Amino acid sequence: MKLPDFEYRAPDTLAEAVVLLASSEGARPLAGGQSFLPIMAFRLAEPTMLVDLKKIQELRGIQVSEQGVRIGAMTRWREILDDPRLKAAIPLLPEAIEHVAHYQVRNRGTIGGSLAHADPAAEMPAVALALDAQIEAMGPKGRRMIAAQDLFVGPLMTSLETDEIIVAVHIPAGPSNRRYGFQEFSRRRGDFALAGIALSYDQDAQGRAANIRIAAFSIADTPVRLKAAEAILNGKIVDASTIAAAAAAASGEVDPAGDIHASARYRKALVGTMLTRALERAAADAR
Amino acid sequence: MATQFEVNGRKVSVNVQPRMTLADCLRHELKLTGTHVACEHGVCGACTVIMDGEAVRSCLTLAVQAENSKIVTVEGLSPAEGLSPLQQAFKHHHALQCGFCTPGMLTTLHALLSQEPNATEERIRDVISGNICRCTGYVTIVEAALDARSAYQAGSEKA
Repeated sequence: MKLPDFEYRAPDTLAEAVVLLASSEGARPLAGGQSFLPIMAFRLAEPTMLVDLKKIQELRGIQVSEQGVRIGAMTRWREILDDPRLKAAIPLLPEAIEHVAHYQVRNRGTIGGSLAHADPAAEMPAVALALDAQIEAMGPKGRRMIAAQDLFVGPLMTSLETDEIIVAVHIPAGPSNRRYGFQEFSRRRGDFALAGIALSYDQDAQGRAANIRIAAFSIADTPVRLKAAEAILNGKIVDASTIAAAAAAASGEVDPAGDIHASARYRKALVGTMLTRALERAAADAR
Repeated sequence: MATQFEVNGRKVSVNVQPRMTLADCLRHELKLTGTHVACEHGVCGACTVIMDGEAVRSCLTLAVQAENSKIVTVEGLSPAEGLSPLQQAFKHHHALQCGFCTPGMLTTLHALLSQEPNATEERIRDVISGNICRCTGYVTIVEAALDARSAYQAGSEKA
């Protein structure tokens, strides 16, 4: 499994990278390469040019403010896990990222690369959906913001133009009563999940849930919001009976495909179980 | 492409195609065959090397991406004479049988213990879950890593 041939460029600035990407139809950006190099090895991608983003300072760094956090696209998983500010501001992020691949891959894999890769079984796209993240992208026509729900259009497919680069991920700060939950099931920790859930909601003074966002992954071509389960929980207290009703709705509203790893029926049941556990954790989390 | 980096403390210059992985460059261009290559798509961990102090998969890193970095392979772990404390612990605990995964295990654990000399058994198990071993059942590898921690805690071992 050797890689196909390509030209390699490593520009110093974002502007140069955009020009390079626009210069050739087969040019693709290279972030951490932890997913892209394998799909090149499998000949699922055969770029004629790789534009390595590693030298571009503008794509790095984590900013935390009252409005939320901005994470540069080339920020590695390792750096997110090591940042105590993020753990305090958005606990869902480190909790989910601990499930991303293995130790060595987390030392090179990046948040922007994962979002642009858009693997339906990956954690970060679902987390972006559950956190209502905005993706900042740059192309020859300038900058634009893309809501996470508009970014993922199919397996390994996004609404990014081929000459656009993800610059940063913006995650709005939640109120102090925001609850988070994350669960996934995989045969070996670090492997791709058979099914998983990322969710957030705000708990009012009476203990009722509002603004709930439940994203399921590894059960469709993209991560998906579980609207039926959300409708059951919004305005209700998250307890054993509402969790059971939401889990049943979740299993009913997803239509996963079966594969060698798990049958469709098993995955449907698993979605309900993962949602149950994620909600139980979120409800018990008295921060 | 002409690419320069440092391997085990030695400056090297190679002329490679961009598509050559760091693993293949180490083995074929630099004849450092201690780095093993198995799955070649980031699943097995056998090709793990230490890049600027961090364990990385050399099959998921291009040789041209290693430009100006410091690489340590399994060959770079041993002192001039004998074995490193981690290698000695592997020998003592019989932490290998066929030995194919061992270079990746050693480099991964060396990077981990250099940064986290007090790593718990749970942490060690989580970290080497990214390295496939089909002989040992991992028990003796974990024992060796726990045993080797004292050398890193004392500061005599660093990545």
